[in-house]
Formats: sequence, structure tokens, C-alpha cells
Amino acid sequence: MQSAITSSDITSFASLAPAYPELLLAVGTVVLLLIALFWKSHRSGVIAGVAIVLLIATFALLVMQPGDAVLFNGVFIVDGFARYMKALVLGGAAFILLISLSSAREHGLDKFEYSILILLATLGMMVMVSANDLMSLYVGLELQSLALYVVAAMKRDDSKATEAGLKYFVLGALSSGMLLYGASLVYGFTGTTQIDQIVNAITAENRSIGLIFGMVFLLAGIAFKISAVPFHMWTPDVYEGAPTPVTAFFAAAPKVAAMALFVRVTMVSFESVTRDWQQIVIFLSIASMGLAAFAAIGQNNLKRLMAYSSIGHVGFALVGLSAGTITGAEGVAVYMAIYVAMTVGVFACLLSFKTADGSPIETIGELAGLSRKRPFVAAIFAILMFSLIGLPPLAGFFAKWQVFLAAIEQGLFVLAVIGVLASAVSAFYYLRIVKVMYFDEPTHEFAAVPAELGAVMAGVGFVVVTYFVTVGAPLTAAAALAAGSL
Amino acid sequence: MLAATGIGLGHYLAVAAILFTIGVFGIFLNRKNIIVILMSVELILLAVNINLVAFSAELGDLAGQVFALMILTVAAAEAAIGLAILVIFYRNRGTIAVEDVNSLKG
Repeated sequence: MQSAITSSDITSFASLAPAYPELLLAVGTVVLLLIALFWKSHRSGVIAGVAIVLLIATFALLVMQPGDAVLFNGVFIVDGFARYMKALVLGGAAFILLISLSSAREHGLDKFEYSILILLATLGMMVMVSANDLMSLYVGLELQSLALYVVAAMKRDDSKATEAGLKYFVLGALSSGMLLYGASLVYGFTGTTQIDQIVNAITAENRSIGLIFGMVFLLAGIAFKISAVPFHMWTPDVYEGAPTPVTAFFAAAPKVAAMALFVRVTMVSFESVTRDWQQIVIFLSIASMGLAAFAAIGQNNLKRLMAYSSIGHVGFALVGLSAGTITGAEGVAVYMAIYVAMTVGVFACLLSFKTADGSPIETIGELAGLSRKRPFVAAIFAILMFSLIGLPPLAGFFAKWQVFLAAIEQGLFVLAVIGVLASAVSAFYYLRIVKVMYFDEPTHEFAAVPAELGAVMAGVGFVVVTYFVTVGAPLTAAAALAAGSL
Repeated sequence: MLAATGIGLGHYLAVAAILFTIGVFGIFLNRKNIIVILMSVELILLAVNINLVAFSAELGDLAGQVFALMILTVAAAEAAIGLAILVIFYRNRGTIAVEDVNSLKG
């Protein structure tokens, strides 16, 4: 399967070329940290700006990368899939840093450490996406998680934020433990830790019970990170408690990286036991879509609602993976790209929702009459809600269409029907927000929208509305290329 | 290789499985304080290390021991961060009892 990829030994700096994006990000982050430490009169906004530039430079290096390679004794792989997912992670991280600039102060994030930790988490995600060994998978995952635990609890004098950080830490540590226990069993029963070698040690006929146990624990650990039901219980609490820009980051980048990991482990390592993991993925998918559709109905807090929404969307993305085919993986890739774009847009809107005296709006009721006071933001938010429901011709429809198509090709009709029904139920809570914005009487004034948030909203709105004629075709082609390289 | 001492791979795996189970139950059943949860997390990681080292000796392959060393290193960093978050939580609430971690729910 990986025959086109050559393994190279590290003989010179040039032989590290496939890892240049990660190296640039790692070195750049450390240098930025030192600058911020020794330049006493720095402003956190400037550091955040440099961090965004660093992410863009890393993105440029990533796009210019020549070909596929395996590095460092096979623990690090660069293929089309890794590049695609890394591009999403970097894009998501850069946009979230950009939209958090204007409200950093009121969320207690106007410290240089915030940007540095986001950069480190992004580096961890890039390592996760490129992991070709259970060890590099673990190290990347922990680099990401450790940075995110701190970011969640960064508003140190806020009791909710510290509680969110604590909950995230405890459940994150538990999930890492489960993932590791699974990894140790997989290693023991296959004799290798390399993701693309594990498949050689497994055949569908003589798979041992120990290996299946290991696989289940490994997948449960990753399911925690993508917050699929029944491993979702930390998500609403952490999303609600953490500062809004941090919630935005949690909802966008780490989900993509963990989903990429999920796809790589299942599609590559456990290819020969597809029937076994398919059942797990189908269960996770149905449970996530179903629970999110009903649990979100009673929510009044916008961030909590977005937590359930993201759980639901993970369920929809897993519909594609359930198919267990290349088409399915392509569907997941497209879904994650559209999901990241919509999440960035939604949180740009959420961050701009403030009353006239500058206090953030967090409940649905407070959005009453937004369409009269701030028609532009209300229109973009309504479009995003329609896209999250999956109404044509918006981007969200095409995302769902691709994953359902992959499932139906494999005869998973029940799963597809449940997915469509869950989508219909979830329309209720998205439409409720639109109703409050457009038909309820305004009770207070809304603050003006900062320019960069407006620009991000306009950009995302444009992409979501014109998806089919603009980015649709190139994105699908890129996703097909990415999935084909698995 | 392990069997020469009379204690085989199965024994190590059983000990690790028991430790892992105690760790998981320690997180979910514990109603006292969060330090116990941190100890349970360490138990889980130690169970994994026993597994890895036992498999590594059985297979005659060093990768498992390298993995165990990595886990030890990361676990230390993880414990440091966990305790730091616990300290700021205590400053805000004045308690580290599990039942008081309840201001976010729904």
C-alpha cells in the first residue's frame, strides 16, 4: 500500500525536508516564546499577530512540500492525507487566533502565553496527523492535550474556567490512559507499534481476542478526543466554562486532528478487520447524532448548544467512516473542512455578540432583535445555522450528502435514514436561534462588530453560500487525493 | 523468556488488567477528592507500562520499553499540569472535593 513512499535516513538537513513545516513551527514557537519573555514591554496582540504569520508561513511550507515520505525510522509519515488534514488544522488555528484578537482582554487571554500554547497545541496536532507509529501518535496527542488543558484554565481567577480546565484534564488523562492500554495490547499481539505494519500482523481469520480488546480501547481513547457519544460527557461542560475564543479553538482544530487519527488508525492499521471496527463506528455515529439532536433542544447557553452541535457533527462525519471505503474517508475529509469553516464563522459571530456596554452575550434569549440592530451579523449567523442543519444549496448540505452517499454505497441504509432523521430533529434548535434573532423584540443594544470579525464572517458566509460553484470542486478533488493516499 | 522464572506473560497481563480496572474505578467511584483521581490516573499509566515491558520481554523487542520510557516522561509532565490546575481551582473554590466540582452541568 505504501510502496510509492520511500524511507530515508537522516544524513543531512535536506533529508529532513518532509518535516520542515513542523520544524519551522517548533523553532518559531520557541523563538517567539523567548522574544516575549525578554522583551518586557511587548504587547500580547503583537505576539498573537506574529503567531498568525508563523502559522501562515508553516502553511506555505506545507503546500510547497514536494512528495510523500516516511521519516525517523518510520514514525513520521507525510502523505496526501496528512497534508490535507494539516492544512485544515493550520487554517483553523490561524483563523481562531485572528478572531480572538478583539476580545482577548475581556476573556483574560491578553497574555503572550495564549498564542504560544495555541502554537504548541497546533504543533502537537500536526505530529498526530503525521503519526505512523503508536509512540509518535501518543507524543503528538499529549503535546496537544497538555497545551489545551492549560489554555482551558487560563482565566485563572474565573471559577468556571478553572472547573472546565479541571474536568478537561481529568477526562483527557483518562482517555489517554485508555488509548495507551489499547496501544499496549495492540503492540503485544502484533509485535509492532508502526501503524502501517500492524495491518501485516492481522488477518480477519486468526485475529486474537487480545487484539480486538486493544483495538476497542484504542478507538475508545480517540473517541474521547473527538467527543463521540458515549465519550462526550466532558464536552458541554468544557465548552461552556472555557473562555469563548478557547472554546472556538477546541471546536475547530483538535477535532480535525483527532478525526484524522481515527481515520488513519482504522483505515490503515485495522484494514483487515474492517467488519469489527465498523460496528463500533456505526454505534458511535448513531449515538452521537441521536443524543446531540435531542440534548441540544433544552439548551439556552449558546456555547453549550455549540458543544452539542459539534457532537452531532462528529456523528455525521463518522457516517462516512462507517462505510470503511476510500469514498467514505473522502467524505470525512470534505466534512471536516466544511465543519471547520462553519465553526470559525459561528464563533466569529459568537465573539461579536456583545451588549452595548461590552459584556458578552452567551444565552439565546439575549439575541432577541439582533436582525434589527445588526442585520449583517444576524444574516450571516442565520446562513450558518441553515448550513449546520444541512439545507441545500449551502455547504453543510454537500458535506452531509457526501458522507451519506458513501454509507448508502455500502448498503448502510438504516444508518443513513437515522442520520437524516437526526438532522431533521436538530433543525429545531438551530431554527429557534433564527426565530429569536428575527422575530423577537429587541431588549437591548448591541455593540459594534470589530472589522476583522466582520471580514471573517463575510468570507465564511461567501464560501458557505457559493460552495457549489466556488470551492466545492477543488475541495472535493483535494479530499479525493487525500483519501486515496491512505 | 519470561516463563523461565515460573511467572509467565499471563501473570503480568493479569496484574496490569487489575491495576487498570482499579484506576478506572478510582476515577468513577471516588467521591472524596481530586488528588485520588490523579493517583488513579497514575495507576492506569503504570498498568500500561507493566503491559508494555512484559510484552517487550516476551517478544524480545525493545520498542515496548522505549514506549514505556516515553509514557513515564509524559506522565510526569501531565501530573505537573494537573496539580497546577488543581491549585488554581482550589484558590477559586477553597475546596478540592469531587462533589463540589459541579457549577457546570446540564
